[in-house]
Amino acid sequence: MQARQKDSLLVASVKDSLGGAIITFALACVMIGLRVDVASGRGAELFLEHRWLAVAAAVVIVFAGRFAMNVFFWKREDPPSLNLSGFLPKGGLSTGTSSVLKYALLGLAVVLPFALMFWLGARGSRQYIDLAILVLTYVMLGWGLNIVVGLAGLLDLGYVAFYAVGAYSYALLAHYFGFSFWICLPLAGILAAFWGIILGFPVLRLRGDYLAIVTLAFGEIIRVVLLNWYQFTGGPDGLSGIPRPSFFGLEFTRGEGGFASFFGLDYSSIHRIIFLYYLIFAMALFTNFVTMRLRRMPIGRAWEALREDEIACRALGINTTTTKLTAFALGAMFAGFAGSFFATRQGFISPESFTFLESAIILAIVVLGGLGSQIGVVIAAIVMIGGFEFFREFEEYRMLVFGMIMVVIMVWKPRGLISSRTPSVALSKNAKGISADLVQEGHG
Amino acid sequence: MSSWDNNPVLKVEHLTMRFGGLTAINDLSFNIGRGDITALIGPNGAGKTTVFNCITGFYKPTEGRLIMARSGGEKHLLERMADFKITADAKVARTFQNIRLFGGMTILENLMVAQHNPLMVASNWTIGGLLGLGGYKKSNVEAIETAKYWLERIDLIDRADKPAADLSYGDQRRLEIARAMCTGPELLCLDEPAAGLNPKESLELNTLLQYIRKEHDTSVVLIEHDMSVVMEISDHVVVLDYGVKISDGTPDFVKNDPHVIAAYLGVEDDEVGQVEEEVGI
Repeated sequence: MQARQKDSLLVASVKDSLGGAIITFALACVMIGLRVDVASGRGAELFLEHRWLAVAAAVVIVFAGRFAMNVFFWKREDPPSLNLSGFLPKGGLSTGTSSVLKYALLGLAVVLPFALMFWLGARGSRQYIDLAILVLTYVMLGWGLNIVVGLAGLLDLGYVAFYAVGAYSYALLAHYFGFSFWICLPLAGILAAFWGIILGFPVLRLRGDYLAIVTLAFGEIIRVVLLNWYQFTGGPDGLSGIPRPSFFGLEFTRGEGGFASFFGLDYSSIHRIIFLYYLIFAMALFTNFVTMRLRRMPIGRAWEALREDEIACRALGINTTTTKLTAFALGAMFAGFAGSFFATRQGFISPESFTFLESAIILAIVVLGGLGSQIGVVIAAIVMIGGFEFFREFEEYRMLVFGMIMVVIMVWKPRGLISSRTPSVALSKNAKGISADLVQEGHG
Repeated sequence: MSSWDNNPVLKVEHLTMRFGGLTAINDLSFNIGRGDITALIGPNGAGKTTVFNCITGFYKPTEGRLIMARSGGEKHLLERMADFKITADAKVARTFQNIRLFGGMTILENLMVAQHNPLMVASNWTIGGLLGLGGYKKSNVEAIETAKYWLERIDLIDRADKPAADLSYGDQRRLEIARAMCTGPELLCLDEPAAGLNPKESLELNTLLQYIRKEHDTSVVLIEHDMSVVMEISDHVVVLDYGVKISDGTPDFVKNDPHVIAAYLGVEDDEVGQVEEEVGI
């Protein structure tokens, strides 16, 4: 008996490439080859356009591409050791670089509005400061959601509901009772936390996919209620004329008694924008401060333990229901704060702003940044929100570019940009971060 | 009357657990003596882990009563309590057959999580700790000291800041016992603590369990297949087969009990008739 002769490199490659080309031909025939169009000349008549040249091009490209890959990489006995991750920096950020980065970003955020004013003038910098405010809002939302998803491991797809509760709390309280922003800010947080507990209580006995679906539904319910309760919330018309925040009682208005005249400055609308920037900056830092402090306290450790193993938590005497509820309520509270800021910045809100897409973007920021990593959320928010604006010139290819960037990041760092976990307590001074491979993602 | 009946830490009375049509435990009664090491043994599928799950509240028994008598004199009816309350209030801690550590957290953090309840009280349910009020800092230092004490006991103090998932199997077993001890239990339930250990490690385990029993006034009940461990350290052995207790006594008594030998090894041909008559076939 003679063993089956192995095909030579060339033959095997041609065989494989032919297979690929045939599949491409079958797909391209219908997907590229035929195109239905409306003829503009002959009345709105439909007609079929054939593009066999494009089909041929697709087949040739696939054949040549596969052939080249086969000959040089896949079927070779000694493939050149080259892969995608080889092009990218290895290992990501160490603890040292990460802490340098943290302070660099903090310093940049502090001086940003004035630096922009210096370079671009009041008129030119306005759009960039506005963008920075938007990025910081998402950083704050990301940090809030990080408590729920990153620390406690509960997949919440309806986070935007609490953002909406915060925004509408402020708008409605101001509309009906004439409350100012500074009174409404804590109230909005408390109301959002309250709704977090109400929604959380029946939901948190669910796990994993079920929890995700139900939180998604709750997010939609809140939006639909806001949309349909016309007499109270204004429905799709939204609420306008939401009062602007004041600086210790000083309004940002022209003339006597305003912020500019009090400090002897010339009135400029940029003052209010810069004030809003520092306001959201302070609110985001507060979120971060509270989260980082909680992480080192028993409740924070219980959240992380819950993410690692819920059954073991119960065996150690931890009340998992209240622990989950606190995570849910705290995350909701920060969303409520951010929501009332959003309302006061826009001056107008409608249910349009609180769609599922917002939840998805916030969740994407958390996941892309690395679950549980605070600095990762910042980088991801800058990339996602800032990058999205910067790619405006790509027009309809913007989403494509954006999708490709996300795919590359996920191939390169599947557990997010910053994926190592810092221990909350350590005996030695130089305790190392824990690799993401060991950390659980939580099961709801 | 044996010593475990005089002052039991846990009384199991007429415990029955049914899953649909399957009766996993049938009318089981035994006592766990205070300060004893009690072994629960039996062939595979005898219902040992089910008994543990009933004691620690992971299952609600279909029938029966579980009375935990704490050293202070208070009594807790475990079958009525939520699982986390059993550890928090009745002071019953457990380990798992398939080790359940918090793998992504450090060894020290694992032991800190176990001290959750006293630390929550010390931090005024987070609010005081968040505002930096006194009391929490001190309790936190004390909790770290307790953790260090147990880390020295189980010889892992040098690796305190390493993730728990990086430990070897034997170390993970010992860490899980230390973690359970950090909850300050009066009854420690160990589900197959010696499974997968080499002879040296299982010797260390014996020492650790005897130390726990002596120095911490903790009664120990363990499920075990390794007879060398069972016979060496236990004061009292309860044997289950098909959810029914077939023997109960000192290790020497159980070792020579024909019911136990029959359950484990089968019986000789000429005794088949007699045994069948006894069990009612």
